[in-house]
Amino acid sequence: MNGMNILIVGVGGQGVVLASNILAEAALSAGFEVKKTDTLGMAQRGGSVVSHLRYAEQVASPLIPAGEVDLLLAFEKLEAVRWAHFLKPEGIAIINNLMLPPLSVTLGTAAYPGDAAVQAAFQRITPSVHLVPGTATAEALGNAKMVNTILLGYAVRFLGIEPAKLQSIIEAALPARFRQTNVAAFEAGRKLEAID
Amino acid sequence: MERQLLSGNEAIALGAAHAGVRVAAAYPGTPSTEILEAAARFPEIYTEWSSNEAVAVEVALGASYTGVRAMASMKHVGLNVAADAFMAAATTGVRGGLVIISADDPGIHSSQNEQDSRNYARLGRVPCLEPADSQEAYTFTRLAFELSEEFDTPVLLRPTTRVCHSKSVVQPVEPAAITLTPQFVHEPAKLVMLPGAARGRWPKLTERLEKLAAWGETAECNHIINGSAELGIITSGISFHYAREVFPEASFLKLGLSYPLPERKIKEFTAGVSRIMVIEENDGFLELQLKAMGLSVIGKAAFPRTGEYSPDIIRAAAAGAGLTRPGNPAAAGDTELAKRPPLLCPGCPHAGIYFTLSSLGHRSVLPGRQARPPRLTICGDIGCYTLGAYAPLSAMDTCGCMGAGISQAAGMARAGLPEKPLAVIGDSTFMHSGINSLLNAVYNQANICVLILDNATTAMTGHQGHPGSGVSPAGERRNNVVIENLVRGAGVADVTVVDAFDLKAVRNAVKQGLAAGQLAVVIVRGDCPTLTRKRGKPRLVNEKCDDCGACLLVGCSAIQRDEDGHIFIDRSVCVGEYCTICQQVCPRGAIVEAETAS
Ligand code: SF4
Ligand code: SF4
Repeated sequence: MNGMNILIVGVGGQGVVLASNILAEAALSAGFEVKKTDTLGMAQRGGSVVSHLRYAEQVASPLIPAGEVDLLLAFEKLEAVRWAHFLKPEGIAIINNLMLPPLSVTLGTAAYPGDAAVQAAFQRITPSVHLVPGTATAEALGNAKMVNTILLGYAVRFLGIEPAKLQSIIEAALPARFRQTNVAAFEAGRKLEAID
Repeated sequence: MERQLLSGNEAIALGAAHAGVRVAAAYPGTPSTEILEAAARFPEIYTEWSSNEAVAVEVALGASYTGVRAMASMKHVGLNVAADAFMAAATTGVRGGLVIISADDPGIHSSQNEQDSRNYARLGRVPCLEPADSQEAYTFTRLAFELSEEFDTPVLLRPTTRVCHSKSVVQPVEPAAITLTPQFVHEPAKLVMLPGAARGRWPKLTERLEKLAAWGETAECNHIINGSAELGIITSGISFHYAREVFPEASFLKLGLSYPLPERKIKEFTAGVSRIMVIEENDGFLELQLKAMGLSVIGKAAFPRTGEYSPDIIRAAAAGAGLTRPGNPAAAGDTELAKRPPLLCPGCPHAGIYFTLSSLGHRSVLPGRQARPPRLTICGDIGCYTLGAYAPLSAMDTCGCMGAGISQAAGMARAGLPEKPLAVIGDSTFMHSGINSLLNAVYNQANICVLILDNATTAMTGHQGHPGSGVSPAGERRNNVVIENLVRGAGVADVTVVDAFDLKAVRNAVKQGLAAGQLAVVIVRGDCPTLTRKRGKPRLVNEKCDDCGACLLVGCSAIQRDEDGHIFIDRSVCVGEYCTICQQVCPRGAIVEAETAS
């Protein structure tokens, strides 16, 4: 397993920070030096959330420089576009197929990027863009909040981390009553296929 | 001991526990809050949310006077509130180790300014330690307690947001074997700062600084990393890691003790390199001292004077000043994208009062309608409820510092503002320093209307307790102060308590408060939904809806428009009957209870 720079982005309440904590613990137990930092703006409360996670033999800054992200995990489309420029050329983008328009869009004072704009934002950087039905899958499993576990399940194929190891860390991170359903969500994520 | 992945704040708490701390006091404030929360997990430490930062320092200082180790933690602006107590501690010195933690916020992630706490270290002639990551947060906390006792001084520990909230690996070492029994030794010449005694203490502070500077010459926390003879970088805190990322080949002098400075070590370092850069966030605090030593350094002339640093910012600034070649220029992000500011949560008890103020004050405008000139003067304050300043509520005209709203409103009234000003303050802020302002308003007969938004917690920072809520940091029950009794006891005759979710009652109470010819206090009471986690049957928009958008003016993120412009409610986040604000607002009665809970 090689070191990686991972950027996880989404909206407050989606479980971005939990997902990055889980990946960080997995990297720690794999013997890496790990640094991570979450930027929450004014607490979270529905605002943009971005989490930088780096693991390697040696890590200096917890913030990843722009253009050096190996894997961008986006929980929402607008946030994916906001952070696209952090990806390195040929980096991997995993984007949850979900639109959460901010209030300015609902009130009609700002616009939400259309699918073409989302594509264009990534086109000039990388061909590895995976749009995945994470939220739809979570809802089908009974709880939209499990989208973070599903996305981790999808991402594990690119991480070089043993799925069993990640799963045991997910189980340890969650209270008992959520464990069963999240293990199922992780499995669903592993089997998930990207939308073309 | 086992390696752990900890945030800087958790590492500070672990360091304090391993240093044998007995008393820890704090007022919550981002980014410092989790220090006390993590300390509360150690049963051997007494922890409390003090009503404000000055109180926290005084509690910790009192504990230190009995010979035990104690700490007080706060955010940078909290140190302003605690400045008097900080200076008192600096003057008398300590008995048991006393560490005061002030977490700075470069880049203003969640504060009202970017002030640099290190200036207080100089003001109080107090040593300042700056950790760069979680490992140092742990090690420096333990070191701080030792220094405090050895040099008879409080120690200022200054982490920054990025250190507090980033996680990195910590290798803890064996806890210190500290077994101290609290005991008070009478020594008025040290502890009673009447002028005669204070005159004896003050020169000791200067002596203390000299000894500390001498200690710093050989201390491990100030270390040199030998690299290129071309470029030497002097830095402290997290900037060290950023600079290492950008200039891996440079020589480094990393200062853990950023006040007082080890002059000999610095001269030794600078003699070996041809060019010296100082890279530090916030003020040019090191730079100024280095220049005063007669050194020629490149600091704020090249690197930003404001804002948070990052490897990208350091690289760009260095390239801009011709100090290095630009790195691979990353494509810039799209700045035109719709922003996503934080919002009041669905089911927030503040939404109804702000909706009311917004409509009484002509602040809210339906999409496509012309805005009217705003009415009402609304003095705000600091907490979750400051989010009421954002559109569509836009119901806040001032916000300066904790507790200021009531006094500002009183000042406006006394200045002769024709309409009666309103002050809006949360319960925790009211306990922190709003009560002082209210006492002043009573005494000076300020004709204002004060709205105390009581959601029974300090919600902004994550639901910490305060004197009105009666919950300890470890979650135990403590006594609680009843706000209306306190307000009446302070001498306010016109006191009303209303249910935050009863819009009609809220509207009437505000109107009456504004009409009364004297100081009126309205306590608007409703639980914070993210604390109680009560969920009822979600609301539903039925066919009577004509998509007028009036309900959007509540600012509830559960209410949205679909791609065809139709209003709908996201049932997975609506709290239902515990709120119903949108239901009360809809002019067509189109919002109803859904049949089943989701
Ligand atoms: S639910 Fe009521 S207030 Fe909201 S758009 Fe429909 S008619 Fe207007
Ligand atoms: S009842 Fe209306 S205002 Fe309250 S949480 Fe639900 S959608 Fe939001």
